[in-house]
Amino acid sequence: MAQNQSEIRYLTPPSVEIKKKKYCRFKKNKIKYVDYKDPEFLKKFLNEQGKILPRRLTGTSLKYQRKVAQAIKRARHLALLPYVTDLMK
Amino acid sequence: MLNSYETVFILTPVLSDVQMKETVEKFRNMILESGGEIVNDENWGLRKLAYPIQKKSTGFYNLLEFKAEPSFIEKLEVMYRRDERVIRFLTFKLDKYALQYSEKRRTNKKEKKEN
Repeated sequence: MAQNQSEIRYLTPPSVEIKKKKYCRFKKNKIKYVDYKDPEFLKKFLNEQGKILPRRLTGTSLKYQRKVAQAIKRARHLALLPYVTDLMK
Repeated sequence: MLNSYETVFILTPVLSDVQMKETVEKFRNMILESGGEIVNDENWGLRKLAYPIQKKSTGFYNLLEFKAEPSFIEKLEVMYRRDERVIRFLTFKLDKYALQYSEKRRTNKKEKKEN
């Protein structure tokens, strides 16, 4: 039984996602204030449609995620960032 | 007690340069008259908007960083709403981290200009 277990050949090797330890970039390099005026930095937290990325993907802590979300909404109000777009990056 | 504020407003691109300067002057004088004090004034010039506002896709951005009485902000915003040249505005109270950030930004902007 164990013998033919290893017989199974997968077409593509099962790519086990190496678990990269996520860290909060704000804590790491001690950024205290998220500026709503430079869209380049805020774009790192948006996906292609211009939606805000969830914390589980960006790994930011709750306190800074709220600051980032607030800054993004202010930037959108000032038309520095679009509300919705496609292929923004 | 003077708090420090930061206001960004967008003017319609239809304006001539003179009109644009005059509107910015109008708001600057308003701040100075009310006993406020302007710390920084940046003109980002004509920029493309991320989405059309009032059927226009570009606008003159202007940033004013100033210290003022809290009661003054209400008057300032009424003026913004009344002036039809301003199509979008945002006033923002600077807390201590924001203040440090803007000072740092101003200093390295000056360095960039010099070198």
